[in-house]
Amino acid sequence: MTNSKYTPIIGLEIHIELGTASKMFCGCKNDPFGAEKPNIYTCPVCLGLPGALPVPNKKAVDWVIMLGQALGCKIAKNSRFDRKNYFYPDLPKGYQISQYDEPLAVGGELAGVHITRVHLEEDTGKLIHATVKNKKVSLVDFNRSGVALVEIVTEPDIRSSEQAVMFLKRLRQIVRYLGISDADMEKGSMRIEPNISLSRYVNSVHSRNVQELPNYKAEVKNINSFKFAKKAIDYELKRHEEILEKGQTPKQETRGWDEKKNITVSQRLKEEANDYRYFPEPDIPPMNFAKPYLDRIRAEIPELPDQKFNRYIKEYGLSEYDSEILSVNREVALWFEESVAAYVQTVTSGIKQKKNVQPSAYAKVIANWITGDLANLLKKDKVKIGEIKLLPAHLAELLYLVDKGEISSTAAKRVFIKVYKTGETPSNIVKELDLGIDQNSSALKKIVEEVMNTNYKAVEELKAGKGAAIGFLIGQVMQKMKGKADAITVSKLIKELLVNK
Amino acid sequence: MLLDETISNLSKKLRSRELSSVDLVKDAYKNIDKYNSKINSFITLQDKNDVLKEAELSDKNRDIDSSPLNGIPFVMKDSYVTCGIRTTSASKVLEDYVPQYSATVYQKLLDSGAILIGKNNMDAWGHGGTNENSDFGPVKNPWDVSRVAGGSGGGTAASVSIRMTAFGIGEDTGGSIRNPAAWTNTTGLKVSYGRVSRYGCIAYASSFDTVGPAAKTVEDCAYVLQEIAGVDSKDATSSPVEVPNYSKDLAKSIKGMTVGIPEDFFSEGLDQEIHKAIDEAVEVYRSLGAVIKKVKFSLLDYAIPVYYLIGPSETSSNLARFDGLRFGNGRDKFTDETSRRIMIGTYSLSSGYYDAYYRRAQCVRTLFIKEYGEMLSKCDVLLAPVTPYAPTKIGELVSDPLQNLLVDIYTVTTNPVGIPSLALPCGFDTNKLPIGMQIMGSMFSEDLLLRMGHAYQMETDWHKVKPPILDK
Repeated sequence: MTNSKYTPIIGLEIHIELGTASKMFCGCKNDPFGAEKPNIYTCPVCLGLPGALPVPNKKAVDWVIMLGQALGCKIAKNSRFDRKNYFYPDLPKGYQISQYDEPLAVGGELAGVHITRVHLEEDTGKLIHATVKNKKVSLVDFNRSGVALVEIVTEPDIRSSEQAVMFLKRLRQIVRYLGISDADMEKGSMRIEPNISLSRYVNSVHSRNVQELPNYKAEVKNINSFKFAKKAIDYELKRHEEILEKGQTPKQETRGWDEKKNITVSQRLKEEANDYRYFPEPDIPPMNFAKPYLDRIRAEIPELPDQKFNRYIKEYGLSEYDSEILSVNREVALWFEESVAAYVQTVTSGIKQKKNVQPSAYAKVIANWITGDLANLLKKDKVKIGEIKLLPAHLAELLYLVDKGEISSTAAKRVFIKVYKTGETPSNIVKELDLGIDQNSSALKKIVEEVMNTNYKAVEELKAGKGAAIGFLIGQVMQKMKGKADAITVSKLIKELLVNK
Repeated sequence: MLLDETISNLSKKLRSRELSSVDLVKDAYKNIDKYNSKINSFITLQDKNDVLKEAELSDKNRDIDSSPLNGIPFVMKDSYVTCGIRTTSASKVLEDYVPQYSATVYQKLLDSGAILIGKNNMDAWGHGGTNENSDFGPVKNPWDVSRVAGGSGGGTAASVSIRMTAFGIGEDTGGSIRNPAAWTNTTGLKVSYGRVSRYGCIAYASSFDTVGPAAKTVEDCAYVLQEIAGVDSKDATSSPVEVPNYSKDLAKSIKGMTVGIPEDFFSEGLDQEIHKAIDEAVEVYRSLGAVIKKVKFSLLDYAIPVYYLIGPSETSSNLARFDGLRFGNGRDKFTDETSRRIMIGTYSLSSGYYDAYYRRAQCVRTLFIKEYGEMLSKCDVLLAPVTPYAPTKIGELVSDPLQNLLVDIYTVTTNPVGIPSLALPCGFDTNKLPIGMQIMGSMFSEDLLLRMGHAYQMETDWHKVKPPILDK
């Protein structure tokens, strides 16, 4: 905000479709996005046929409780489902089974933003407005009807669009870490509705300025990316400021984000808001959660990104930068941890000549491989770390070969790419490409001598104290050795011969 | 008439091939052809030839392990979805609706080999106590065709009464099985909430609805209940409580059982002849060795308000799906009574009124549960009238919705509580109109209620009396 007269007051409502195998209240397959045709994953329950009854999906309840716990919420001892009554063609029963005054979880915190509540409900069908045989029609696809949906509501603690996006990214990260949803905004499995208002400082009769609480808010729907969330919030803040500057108050309303025009448009004023006539869902008995059950769910929570971040710094001595990159995605984190474990295993079970390596040393090397060479390959090929042929054990073996002095670090880079492409073991590739370091030191010595003799200028520079010249000489030797030499050995040899020159 | 016999006898004779399912089906259709135009108890009848073919097949395949209901004809209230067979809930909204799946209770009966004859008339959506709120015309009482048969399940009870079937499946939300049983001289059981799956039962009030048998005798009810009771993975409110063998202890002595008489059910408003008939039934129980004890139910004044707040609230939501978009006709086809209940329910759930109406009613519901619990801690069962008066003339109550509500005053409190109640014949008034009584018990005490009812029917012959029209 450019104008410091105002403070943005932003709260978020987030809907995330759970990735359970079946829908929330029936056995239908939960895969609306992957469905080949409309209305193929349907049954009497999710079509709302007369007489059909909902039976809750236990896994979905478990997962929402887990999410609640991961967000530091208080989990309800008693909870229940309620009916939210309203008419809409994508809602076949005329009511949505949701949770009203006894949600599964309340009061948590993430990234400095307080969580009001976390509750479970069912998704609606999808309306498609199309032209069929020159007639404008509205079609309904019920593949999504009854899919388990978790709703997360925050307190209006957020003060900028950047903060909102940061919070949302953290939330998505946790959801993905828990493995309860792909939380894909493009597919619509994660949907965001920010509510936005501006509060202003006014001069009070006392000496201090006080913040005036806004008496309105605008809710924005239809946002399907973080980028649009940021744009929509910024657009709204600017719009509100302009209205407030004119001495008016923005309307309390629901607006929609128009991604083509990059603006929000009014959809519904508050006066038109529904009275949802919530009441307890009589078809589903209330739920009671005993401590052993809650403890069991809590025990299933994997180590979360924050914890991993801190541990990587503490246990492996990684930089904050590396720890952040490695922990941001669970698959990457697991790949990293597996590599470390595989390396330790290889070293300890390996030949006697093992070195006593500190975790910080090898973890840093592994981290470098992942954040450097591997990250570049993944980015280039647009693949995920879980999908590649290169396995953590391969990296561990490769590093061990370098450790033992069997291949040079230059050769290791070539081997790495080859393993990534083929999935062959590093030792096989070393053999195949004949990259093993030549143990015949007299041959190496001969080549070093040769190089030093033919590159007189570089040798003179080196003698004169220009250390950088050694790099050139090593490079020349390596070229002649086709990478089958170890740079450190070469460097030693050069220094030895230099004394004699 | 073959259908005068109990299910137990029919079943024995079917197995010994003394008679065939074809004979029973023919008997049923004989009475249907003869009386249905007068009684109007069916909305949809199965094609006679199709049913006869089914019966033939049943006769061929029946063996020693077959269910006692194998080959026995039955009817169902039109509130149950039956795959491929029109299901209307007696409303024009669903006039042409053919379901794509079957209710659990229907499937269970099909699995047991029972043979469906047709779907019965009822008050549309279960909304009524006289079966006059049907879009398919009122059901007339076989005992006096100028009178109502009771509701909402009038069609089912009437067709049992006039021997168009061996038994029927009713649905009781506030008396819909018991009230027509009392008025047609048949026996009907409102089961404990959760005892029988509601899956596929078109909901009236989800937390009150129960699925139960309508039959000629208590023993028949036991046989039917045996087949339909039990937990269902498709109904989250169905109970995992074990299903006992209902016919095993039917004949056991009831000596020493305590029969509670809730005095408030006998106060002002109860027809004197009904009062007298029940007093006599009490004496029968005394003579069988039961201990009679007076108990208090002080909340009867709240029976109708509680029922007519929670029931309509739930129905206003349950009927929301009938918008005419995907199937059926539009909302303009709802009857006046249904529109009234939707409006009352919508109102009492609206913000600003919820606390005063819906929530308050739910609080009193809890008091009902407590008070019934107290009564049933002092006695084994409760004995009370089913209806305050005899079946009314057709049209007499339908124009007076408020008075109409009072028909159910003695039956509507069991549904909010969830407990079972068995209605059975206990006499006739001076107009030769049937009188019924109900025996209520604790949750899942159906076996005890059936035992109490059976003991009474072993001592009395009321249940054997047939509508005079049948003898003509």
